Formats: sequence, structure tokens, C-alpha cells
Amino acid sequence: MDDVSKGYWSATLGLLGKILAIWFLVSFGAGILFVDALNGIKLGGYPLGFWFAHQGSIYVFIALIFYYAKAMGDIDRRFDVHED
Amino acid sequence: MDLQTTIYLFVGASFALYIGIAIWARAGSTSEFYAAGGSVPPVMNGMATAADWMSAASFISMAGLIANMGYGGGLFLMGWTGGYVLLAMLLAPYLRKFGKFTVPQFIGDRFYSKSASTIAVVCLLTASLTYIIGQMTGVGVAFSRFLGVSSDTGIYIGMAIVFAYAVFGGMKGITYTQVAQYCVLIAAYIIPAIFISLSLTGNPIPQLGLGSTMSGSDMSLLAKLDQVVVDLGFGKYTTTTAGSTLNMFVYTMSLMIGTAGLPHVIMRFFTVPTVAAARSSAGWALVFIALLYTTAPAVAAMAKLNLHATVNTAVIKGGDLYAPEASIKADERPDWMKRWEKTGLLKFEDKNGDGRIQYYNDKTKNADAKGKAEAAGWKGNELTVNADIIVLANPEIALLPNWVIALVAAGGLAAALSTAAGLLMAISAAVSHDLVKGVFAPNISEKNELLAGKISMAVAVVVAGYLGLNPPGFAAGTVALAFGIAASSLFPAIMMGIFSKKMNKEGAMAGMLAGLFVTLFYVFAHKGIFFIKGTDFVEMIGGANSFFGITPEAFGAIGALVNFIVAFAVDKVTKEPPEHIQHMVESVRIPRGSKLVDGAH
Repeated sequence: MDDVSKGYWSATLGLLGKILAIWFLVSFGAGILFVDALNGIKLGGYPLGFWFAHQGSIYVFIALIFYYAKAMGDIDRRFDVHED
Repeated sequence: MDLQTTIYLFVGASFALYIGIAIWARAGSTSEFYAAGGSVPPVMNGMATAADWMSAASFISMAGLIANMGYGGGLFLMGWTGGYVLLAMLLAPYLRKFGKFTVPQFIGDRFYSKSASTIAVVCLLTASLTYIIGQMTGVGVAFSRFLGVSSDTGIYIGMAIVFAYAVFGGMKGITYTQVAQYCVLIAAYIIPAIFISLSLTGNPIPQLGLGSTMSGSDMSLLAKLDQVVVDLGFGKYTTTTAGSTLNMFVYTMSLMIGTAGLPHVIMRFFTVPTVAAARSSAGWALVFIALLYTTAPAVAAMAKLNLHATVNTAVIKGGDLYAPEASIKADERPDWMKRWEKTGLLKFEDKNGDGRIQYYNDKTKNADAKGKAEAAGWKGNELTVNADIIVLANPEIALLPNWVIALVAAGGLAAALSTAAGLLMAISAAVSHDLVKGVFAPNISEKNELLAGKISMAVAVVVAGYLGLNPPGFAAGTVALAFGIAASSLFPAIMMGIFSKKMNKEGAMAGMLAGLFVTLFYVFAHKGIFFIKGTDFVEMIGGANSFFGITPEAFGAIGALVNFIVAFAVDKVTKEPPEHIQHMVESVRIPRGSKLVDGAH
């Protein structure tokens, strides 16, 4: 494997790692593991932990995918492997 | 206009639209038949994916499940949406770059083995066929509840409609009807939710209404609901979890991985023109899915509150829920209850003979609620409510106009038909492309392959219809099986094919079989071998949910873990994949050089 594709792949994996960490934190973290602690905080009429499980994590997922699509596009161009 | 006529009008108009699209979008080549010509814009593909994904279960059953489970129902919400993050980042763009028509073809080529591809075909067919049974019965249910025809007639009509656009249009016909079906189903879901949110909280946006205060009071809707259900002996709505925290964790993970591994969803990403489009299209799919998935918890909580308020006047007025005059008189119950009693989805039985309806949890462990019920002379819960009612009868519970009820009928049918069509596409492509062309007749001409595709689609429609008409006894357990198979066999195999350059065929095949085996073993132990009654062997494995309290529905993630471990262990002791396969993996990883999908083997 040449240096360009090595660099490209490690940049990609770095991005995936970051996004998966947030993906895990909002759903499994805020929505399940720490739900009781977060329920002590109120978001309007929502207990915060409940909100993450029933609403918040989904909004974050959407933001994550669009951020991924944009950041991947940037990485593609940086390593000059983008589509024509 | 009376209700029945309005429903016929709405459903008839939506069917005419689907047929019109079918005539317009006929497939003339295998590329159009398998991948809609590879030219579907990302936003439109997102919409079609949303309809493809959201089944009769999402539309009809999910809100009811959440209403019953409360906070724990969030596992469906997070699980069935979080999978799209995995799909968008780990699978879709790379499979699109690979540029072939089917999932088994990727597995076969990447692991340079016809056997690997055949294992994938078997997994795909089992997952898709079990999943489709639920869709066909859903079509039957929607027809019989709303159109006054028998469930069987409903399934025949549904088969005819799907036949028209799936057989002649293939992926192209399915894609454009799914776009139309998405519009119908989302309108049908959101419009009643807006009305209900407005009447309960004064806020027309259900997602905000759920976090608002009740109209005419300063108590939040969720706090009110918690108070009412706890007082009646049910679990607290905002905190009741699904089994243990570990079970909820693993269940959510299983649904996420299963979602990402379902072939009929993955296939949709072969229809977009570029790798970049595959990435953004997954985001659009989730936007369209989230419109329904963030509305569902609002529908669940509000319909639950409405239902309690209907049978117990103290819910809204305040005061003692156990006061004799708070429960409504049975002969003054609303007409919609009588209508749904006929369907058997709602049952009322006056156990204490007081002529009033008492709806509470008579098996409660809450001593306070138990004492109050006994003191009030209640002799057991008198109302049983099927979970599906929450969506199907929602407009009637909230006293909405007839056209809203008609729209819900058309929406339920759109949800079931669009998912059925997507599954049929995955099945027929696996048969005609992976089996007929891949194994039996590699030299088949494009024209004949297209014909084979249409014939296998027609056969698949008939088989699906037959299974819908004669649902095997195991129908209830099948969705768990579909997700379990996708999570434990397909997802890990595809992922390792992309992310591990050195993964070889021995490792991948051993992993798929091991993951599949442990998942089937655990599910069959609870539900019987191939779901045949009396063949369960749950005592042998130490009782129900014996693996750390994990339910069989939640087991897919454990199967996936076994798959990964076995695959890497076998990979270590066998020889690494040939040079050209490693080069292929490198080229799949970069977007440059992507081309239209084709079927060359």
C-alpha cells in the first residue's frame, strides 16, 4: 500500500472513531447507562435521560451522518482520491 | 360522506397512483431492474429507503409498543435509527464503490468463494422471507380493519398491486412507488399526531408537545402521565426499563447492527450515482425516518393518556381515580370502542358487575395501588387493549374527522406494501443474480437474466402471498429472527470484508456460520426448533434468558460478537487471502474510479 492510501485510510479511521464515540455516548451513554443521573435534569417537560432515549439521540445521529459525509468529502479531496 | 366511502376513496386514489408509477417506470435492462439504472438522486433515494425500511411494524405497532413499555421502548427508537450511522459509515459507501448488484455478490467476490456467497444467499433468503410474512399479514390486517373485506381478499389485492410495479418495474418501479408511499405514510402518521398534540398541549409540533405542559394546567404532560399510570399500578412511564439495563443495552445494539445488515436496505444504496451520494443519501434516509420516529413517542404517550382519560374522568379533572363515579359507565362508552371491540383488538368485561369500566394494572406490586383498588371494590382489570390500537384507532380516540381515519388506512397499507416490495427485490435479485447467473448459468444473456429476474420476482410475490395467507405458527417470532440473522451473519462479514484486508475466506465463512449458529440456538431454545411448538429446550440452557438475562430478541449482538471472534481466530491459523483480493479491498476503500453498478461476475 502506498503512502497516500495509508494516510487516507488512517484519516478515515480517525474520523470514524470520533463519530462512533459520539454515537455511543448519546445513545448507549446518555440514553441507557447514565439515564438515571440525567433524568435529574429537566429539558422543558422532558427528563433529560428520557429525552435522549426517545428524541435526542436520533437528532444527533442525523447530524453525525451529514457531518461524516462532509468531512469524508474533505478527506477525499485532501488526499486527491475524490470522484471526478 | 360516510367513513367507509371516504376510506375507499383514499385507498383507491393511493393505489391508482402506485399503478400509474408502475406503468411509467418499467425496467428495460438488468441495470434498471436491479439498481434503477444507478441514477436515483440521493434525496429521493433517502425517501425510498425510509419507506423501504419503515414497515407495518414501524407504522402500526411501534407507538403501541412504546406506549406499553414507556422509557424502555426507546430501544426501538435508538436501535432502528442508530443503525443508519453504522450503515452510512461502515458499509454503504464501500459497497457502492464495489459496484455490484447484490450483497451476496460482494461476499462471494471479496472472499473469493462461491460457498461464501451461497451462505450469504441462504442468510438473506431466511431473513427476508421471515420479514415479509409480517408485511403480508399487515396488509391483510389493514384491509380487514378498514375496508370491511376479509383479510385474505386484502392480501390478494396487495399481491396484485405489488406484482404490477415490482415484476415489471424491478428496482426502478419499486424506487419511485416507494417515494410516493413515503409521502402517503408520513402524512398519515403526522397529521393525527399534530391534532392530538394541539388538543392536549396547545403545541402543534408533537416532538415539542411531548415536552410541554398540559393545556389549562401547569403540569407537564409526561409528569401527568407518570402520575396517572403509577396511581393505577402501572410502571412509571419515563423510567420503566426493558428488562435489565444490560438487556436494554444489548437489545439496542442488536437492532442497530441488524438494521445495518439487512440486505433490502443495503441494496437501496446501489441505486445512487456516486460514493459521495451514498454517504449523504443515508443521512437523508435518516431525516425522513426520524420524522416518524421522533413523532412516535409523542403519539405513544399522548394516546396512552387519552385512553386513560376516556375511561376515567378523573384523569383530566383531577381528583381520585378510584372514586366510583370517575370510571365511565359501560353503556356510555364512546362508539369507537364498540367498533374496535368487534375486531377483538379491544375487549371489555365487567368483572365486578358495577356497569362501569375499570382500567388498571391488577397484577401490580405497588401496595398503595393494590390497596386502593381493593378498597374501591375493583375485581380485576376490565379493559384489554391490543398495542396496534394506539395508531390505528388514534384518530377516533381523539375524535378527528373521517378523512384523517381514511388517511391512516392508506398510510398503513403504504408502509406494508413498500417494505414488502423492497424485500421481494432483495429475494429475487439473490435468486436470479446470485443463484441463476452466479451458480447455475454463468453465461446467461442480459435479456434472459432480466427475464429470470422478473420470473423469480413473480414467484417471490406468490410465495410471500401464500405465507401471508397461511402464516406459519411462528409468525410472531420472525422479526427477531430476521434481525438476529442480519446482525450475526451478514453485518460482520461485510464489515470485515472492507475493514480487514487480511480476512480470508475460511475466517469469514467460519464466522458467519458460528454467529448464525449461536443466534439460532438461543432463539430456538426459547421458541422451539424452527419455531415448532414443543421443541423448545430452554431448560437445557438453564432457563429463560439464562445468558446474563438477555432475551432471545436481543441476542443478535452476541451472535455478531461470536462471528467476529471466530473469524479472527480462524483467520490467524489459515493462509492469508491472495494478492489480488487485497488490492481489491484497497480499491474499494477509495472513492475514485467509482462507476455505475453492473452485474459482471
